[in-house]
Amino acid sequence: MSQLIAFWSILMKDMKNYYLKPPNISWGIIFPLSWTLMLFVRSGSPVDIREILPGVMALSILFGTTSMLAVTITFERKSRSFERLLLAPISLNLLMLAKTTGAILFGVLNAFVPVLFASFLIDLSGIHWVTAFSGVLLIAVTSTFLGLFIAVSVSEVFEAQTFSNFFRFPMMFLCGLFIPVSSLPALLQPLSYLLPLTYGADILKQSINENGFLPAPLSFSVLLAFSLALFTISLRNIKKRWIY
Amino acid sequence: MGETIIEAMGLCKWFGDFTAVRDASFTVEAGEIFGFLGPNGAGKTTTINMLTGLAKPTAGAILIAGEDGIRHIKKVQQRIGIVPDESNLYEDMSGFDNLVFCASLYGMEKAQREARARQLLAQFGLAETGKRPFKAFSKGMKRKLTIAAGIIHAPRILFLDEPTTGIDVESARQIRKLIQDLNGQGTTIFLTTHYIEEAERLCHRVGFIVDGSVIRVDAIGSLMQDEDQAYRLDFTLESHQPALLEAMSQAFPNIQVSVLDPQRIRLLSPTRVELAPFIQFFEDAQIPVYEVKLVHPSLEDVFVRITGIEIARLKKEKEGQRK
Repeated sequence: MSQLIAFWSILMKDMKNYYLKPPNISWGIIFPLSWTLMLFVRSGSPVDIREILPGVMALSILFGTTSMLAVTITFERKSRSFERLLLAPISLNLLMLAKTTGAILFGVLNAFVPVLFASFLIDLSGIHWVTAFSGVLLIAVTSTFLGLFIAVSVSEVFEAQTFSNFFRFPMMFLCGLFIPVSSLPALLQPLSYLLPLTYGADILKQSINENGFLPAPLSFSVLLAFSLALFTISLRNIKKRWIY
Repeated sequence: MGETIIEAMGLCKWFGDFTAVRDASFTVEAGEIFGFLGPNGAGKTTTINMLTGLAKPTAGAILIAGEDGIRHIKKVQQRIGIVPDESNLYEDMSGFDNLVFCASLYGMEKAQREARARQLLAQFGLAETGKRPFKAFSKGMKRKLTIAAGIIHAPRILFLDEPTTGIDVESARQIRKLIQDLNGQGTTIFLTTHYIEEAERLCHRVGFIVDGSVIRVDAIGSLMQDEDQAYRLDFTLESHQPALLEAMSQAFPNIQVSVLDPQRIRLLSPTRVELAPFIQFFEDAQIPVYEVKLVHPSLEDVFVRITGIEIARLKKEKEGQRK
């Protein structure tokens, strides 16, 4: 029970102090609108909103979670308030789950902002919502754990931003959202399969437009494996670097 | 007092080739204020980190309140409170919210943690300012709130790292009083400070750590007793020159003479001394004597003798680190 109280308090504190602050709420709204506008400008003609929805959702999660978690943890490390959490009588696993749950929820909310906008403009019937939600959740979990991995690898807030981009931009261009994986140069195709977003984006494409190219169970399994691996590596690194 | 509540046995911490703490062994008894003193980089913080679970010892064992402090550190953390050398609460949260949040980390129920937060804000004289964000607090208030956060769960042991460094005199005085009150209520205090006079005023026992080694652990009284065997006389003169000091050393071969400042010298004698020959000596040298004072030894003298480290260096190092 006492562990649950601590978990809930850390989660609520992070939601209130970081994720639900006005700049982050406006980010959640502006980001998908900017992407839609960018795709509209790029195509030069009215965009098929349903077609771009998986991409906008996936990128909203990726950008919302990775840098937010990496920045907030690095910030707390710098101000030494994170020490307070490490010294509390709660297990490290639970502590890190509490810290990451806020970012995961933020990512999920970010993903559904474009869905909300789209619902006013187009007919969203036919979407397999359970699969879409599961995909969103797994992308949020994987991206958040990637953010955790980044947070443990850097010591300054600006490094967290830079390092996040090191992962995010290749993922953005190689995950099949802009260019189908099959159309990528042969040399880059294997790289695409090494990126978690490729599988997450494919789940969303399949559930929204039924044009995914990977079997859904495979995509789910790969995302779960990525999440588990990133969380395990991050915990190992925390024990090594922060509880030195 | 009497029950051992902290026991460090052969603690070592290496960072590659560098040895931060070397074979440190000491005990802290329940109900005492234990001072851990040493210069900057001596290994004080690394030792505290090992005792509180922020660092893992390379070798050695720790027992805290009967629990293995390495294998069962999470159980130990339930019983200890930690006040770091920097106030590390959440800047945007109010004093009250900070305390309530810290209480929740120890699994306290909502009503219980809010009541405890109110009680501590009142006890620490922060009831009026409790609603302000932490960033709006003065340094002294921040320090007090950080101590309140450290004891929110009423721990048996409180680790205080440099509690009065960098704050105004009045706040420092209030914090010393709070430490004494907490100790009076039964909390064992493990204190590090570079203010030796503070340790002398507050602590029952102290440990000296230099270059990673704990070189002496003893009660203040015992340490002073060793020092008491020497007699110190401070003379305030109009002025003094090296030649005068040399002449004094020749005239009084059993006396050690040292310079305190441009007007003051200190005579150190293993036995009780008569004043008349010294007064006569200064009269002959035509140097007016304004004041003679028998000085009782301080913990500072003990520290200097045992560690060989000048206090001025200790303070300078710490101030430099703060800046």
